[in-house]
Amino acid sequence: MPGGQRKPKLAVWKFTSCDGCQLSLLDLEEHLLAIVGRVEIAYFLEASRATVRGPYDISLVEGSISTPHEAELIKEVRKQSRFLVAIGACATAGGIQALRNFADVRAFVDIVYAHPEYIRTLREARPIADYVTVDFELRGCPISRYQLLELISAYLHGRQPSIPTYSVCAECKRKGVVCVLVSQGVPCLGPVTQAGCNALCPTYRRGCYGCFGPMESPNPLSLGRRFETLGVPPADIIRLYRTFNAFAPAFREGSEHYEQTSSHAHD
Amino acid sequence: MRPDLSAMDTLPPSPGSTVAFEKTALDILIATLRQRGYTVVGPTVRDDAIVYDEIGGVTDLPIGYVDEQEAGTYRLRRWEKDTFFAYTVGPYAWKKFLYPPEERLWEVRRENGTLRFTEAPLPTEQYAFIGVRSCELAAIRIQDRIFTGGPYVDPRYQARRERLFILAVNCTRAGNTCFCASVGSGPQAEGPYDIALTELDEVFIAHVGSVLGGQILAEVPHRPATEEERAAAAERVQATARTMRRALDTTDLRDLLFNHQEHPHWEDVATRCLACTNCTLVCPTCFCFSVEDLTDLQGESAWRVRRWDSCFSQAFTYTAGRPARQSIASRYRQWLTHKLAGWVDQFGVLGCVGCGRCITWCPAQIDITEEVARLREQPPQTERSPS
Repeated sequence: MPGGQRKPKLAVWKFTSCDGCQLSLLDLEEHLLAIVGRVEIAYFLEASRATVRGPYDISLVEGSISTPHEAELIKEVRKQSRFLVAIGACATAGGIQALRNFADVRAFVDIVYAHPEYIRTLREARPIADYVTVDFELRGCPISRYQLLELISAYLHGRQPSIPTYSVCAECKRKGVVCVLVSQGVPCLGPVTQAGCNALCPTYRRGCYGCFGPMESPNPLSLGRRFETLGVPPADIIRLYRTFNAFAPAFREGSEHYEQTSSHAHD
Repeated sequence: MRPDLSAMDTLPPSPGSTVAFEKTALDILIATLRQRGYTVVGPTVRDDAIVYDEIGGVTDLPIGYVDEQEAGTYRLRRWEKDTFFAYTVGPYAWKKFLYPPEERLWEVRRENGTLRFTEAPLPTEQYAFIGVRSCELAAIRIQDRIFTGGPYVDPRYQARRERLFILAVNCTRAGNTCFCASVGSGPQAEGPYDIALTELDEVFIAHVGSVLGGQILAEVPHRPATEEERAAAAERVQATARTMRRALDTTDLRDLLFNHQEHPHWEDVATRCLACTNCTLVCPTCFCFSVEDLTDLQGESAWRVRRWDSCFSQAFTYTAGRPARQSIASRYRQWLTHKLAGWVDQFGVLGCVGCGRCITWCPAQIDITEEVARLREQPPQTERSPS
């Protein structure tokens, strides 16, 4: 068990992100007292200005690396962290801001900012693992607070976390949800998306949006062909693969395939 | 002809006998089971499909509904007849009751410096299944063998199974993905059941399968079935077999699979297969599970859960630092080879009962009957096996 008698120090870091994932820690309301009884929340600016110096036993890292400053800062976070966990779609795949990776970010900057010369940004928003070694990833937009609790529990007791990497379909089937793709013809990314949300969208009769990113052995082209037989136009298949995890390799493969075959790719 | 229900037998119908009763009287049968303490589970409409769930009476049944199934497609619609059981099987097999998707097996707590282990109490559910089809009975027979047949009996399955009441229904309509007739598991229900119904226009023809089934039927106004009714019931079931469109050719099936392990067709399937696990989880015979040990945050308690697993997941073969079956081709090959070949050696029967669920509920529209046909077409080739 890491830490011995001393409580492990936990830090929460933010890069380019909306803060939703780190708020999942605060959302664990009924477990918060138990958590602070077992870990020292040493650095968590969203919760407290009071900070404790590193090094830290566990770092939860939210957000993508999108600026030159962040590209430097993440190296420092890595140095200060024994066990570094990337949390959420931004940190694990670049997030929704990685949509710019498919376009020219300078053109956006020129349109959006009155003084583009002040903006220092990288051409691509990228996941944490592209810059430093990541020890574990929690997927989702936002992450599942239950998976976060499970990860902290597993870390404290030195066991493997129970965080499956198979598809959302397994969760639908265990839960007794009727498949929306088969029963309604709704395009659903569940078969190529990693479980962890407890099949949230299909439970409410919506197709999966893929916010947990690609599952362990994704076949995005086969699912794309199925969407085609359902009458989904190529431009819409591109949009399905280009949301929260657009830059994750498998979803990128899916969207780029239809970009190459579609004349509507840039609408 | 109108049934005469005035001359009701006083003695319960004995096993092997065949009686007729008004279709609406099924409500009395369900009420009788509920009065006897059964949780009555049967087909009902939920979320655009027919699922098995607790029912209170015939009004919960999908009366007047039929399903239309194709590879990767399921649609429910009403038709002009007030049929009780004209639909075929839905997404969820009965295994979700006898072998639930997730169960806690035991837990351990720290108490006064020692560890106290507690086995999860044995299940106490007493289910009555209404509307079990012949393919599903075949699947229950197979899972009986798996969970209770060998030297290691699963006490949780056994506890639920021993108290189970089964009202079977002979299929009077074949679904487009059905192929039970070709694998010898239907459409005529074979035991074990307590009662088996065949639906005619006016009445149900009930075959008594057990003493208990007769006792339950004794509470329902009934009369002996006429010769014509029995013939009509048999003809409806035979017509179902005749109109079944799909078939799985079982000739030398075991050897076909074992001799085609290097066949290039596995890679062809892999371009379509999503490895999403749907086929295995809807399959009424697939029984694989994983066990996981979990802890609470404080380290005061830990527990072991058993969950449905699938040979399509990577973790299924995680050994010595990596999954043994990395490619989708190797996983699909494993599933089909176990189901249609290894299963025969292991349990003495095919692992497939022809219910067609793996065809209907495959998002990629993969058809087990079609894949086997393709394996038969092409001669085996010596190539490196998928890893």
